[in-house]
Amino acid sequence: MKRQIPIFLVFVFGVFMVFQYFSPHEASEWIYKFLMDWIYIIGIFAMALGIWSLIHVSYDKIKHKRHDWGYSVVTLAALFTMMFFGITGFNENGEWGFYFMTQEGLTNPMFRNFFNHILVPIETTMFSLLAFFIASAAYRAFRARNVLATMLLVSALIVMLRFNPYFGDTFGFYMNKTAAWLLNVPNMAAKRAILIGIGLGMVGTALKVILGIERGYMGKG
Amino acid sequence: MTNKQDTNIFNRMMSIDRRWVFLLLIVVCVTAYFLPFSVPILVEPEVAVIHEFIDTLPPGSIVFLAIDYDPASLAELHPMTYALLEQCFRRNLRVMCTALHPNGPSMAEAAFLAVADSCRLDKTYNGEFFPAREVVNGVDYCFLGYKPYPALVILGMGTNFRLPFPSDYYGTPLDSIPLMKGVQNYDQTACVVNISGTSGTEYWISYGQGRFNFPLALGVTGVMGAEYYPYLNSGQVFGYMAGMLGAAQYEKLADNPGKAIIAMKVQLYAHFLIIFFIIIGNIGFFMDKFKKNREGR
Repeated sequence: MKRQIPIFLVFVFGVFMVFQYFSPHEASEWIYKFLMDWIYIIGIFAMALGIWSLIHVSYDKIKHKRHDWGYSVVTLAALFTMMFFGITGFNENGEWGFYFMTQEGLTNPMFRNFFNHILVPIETTMFSLLAFFIASAAYRAFRARNVLATMLLVSALIVMLRFNPYFGDTFGFYMNKTAAWLLNVPNMAAKRAILIGIGLGMVGTALKVILGIERGYMGKG
Repeated sequence: MTNKQDTNIFNRMMSIDRRWVFLLLIVVCVTAYFLPFSVPILVEPEVAVIHEFIDTLPPGSIVFLAIDYDPASLAELHPMTYALLEQCFRRNLRVMCTALHPNGPSMAEAAFLAVADSCRLDKTYNGEFFPAREVVNGVDYCFLGYKPYPALVILGMGTNFRLPFPSDYYGTPLDSIPLMKGVQNYDQTACVVNISGTSGTEYWISYGQGRFNFPLALGVTGVMGAEYYPYLNSGQVFGYMAGMLGAAQYEKLADNPGKAIIAMKVQLYAHFLIIFFIIIGNIGFFMDKFKKNREGR
């Protein structure tokens, strides 16, 4: 029973969701919306579980002074600080209080300041560093060792230089045309093949789950 | 012991210390940024079609903007959002917006506040004068905010915006927002523009455009650039902006030069430097190979 009930539920709801997509009937729409709400509820519990897990792991690391435990202090401090400022604030009358998902909490200046002046610079810096690694990686990787590597190298150069304003009208025009062809023909053909492959794979996996062939989601049980 | 043959000039050309690459790149970027010159921007048809579509919408039409990016993609995608929003507000179009990335709401809010400020000034774009105007939340735009599970939210909004978003980002019920009067679902919007640095774009294509058939345009980061061309050619996406280049092209079309156009000169010269290093590496590689062949190794 421990295995049969989940398999039965997955089969019933899986088949329903497949047919629901093609049915505009009111009852079908109503059940669909009802089930969608369940997903949010499950998600909220998953998020609570995730936050608890993060706190537990970080606390454990700090308690036993494990390697890099200082980062866990920062993680917990950031978590609680953002949560605190995200749900507190001053209302129109200047009274301080707790506000869940209302303007007072969301427009708390401290919440915005932390986001704009800490998170934004951190994330943009991390992403900017990519430019340096890409430059270094391109220098090392783009070697015309064989025909395929040469094709990749030439394609990369054309796409990088496609809007070079110093090429002049004629050469620039052909460069642009070639880059557009590379993106619209070989690139698209490869992407389509991958997308169709992924799509078929998803259908296959979904069918295996619905029909109870794939049972990994149940864990060891 | 170091082999003398392995430290010849060609070998050195192939193995320049990456710290030199980093140093030269930062020098080129900073110099290009501060030198007072500009690079001409050539506009691609897939970008022009978005501008034309929005430019020809009748006043009062609703443009749905899906802002699904975080600060990491800010440099490339914020200029697209700014240029689009400013164009919409100057043209008296109304804007609805969601942010289906957890860090998206702050990005969207920053853009709304900045463009609302900018609209308080008289401006002339493409020879057309736009008098200063007040952009009002709830009248000119409605920011629905963030909800998890993008696929479900996109599907839910196809039935009614009120299903996933009973109230807007600031907690105001949608029924009491003037812009939302008579607005039920995507049928009342002229188009959806998804500006995204995540795979959420696929949800907008599959669950949004695929099911509800609205005109969809995309603005994505440079690294995602090649990813979505198949959808453009299949007609599922009517317009496409990719990376800093796409943003700069849109700024040029909107006659609203901003950070993307400035950044293009930095990007161009950074590309030149990368190409220079690639060429140096390949010269070293071929000359080394030639030398070894000649020596019969």
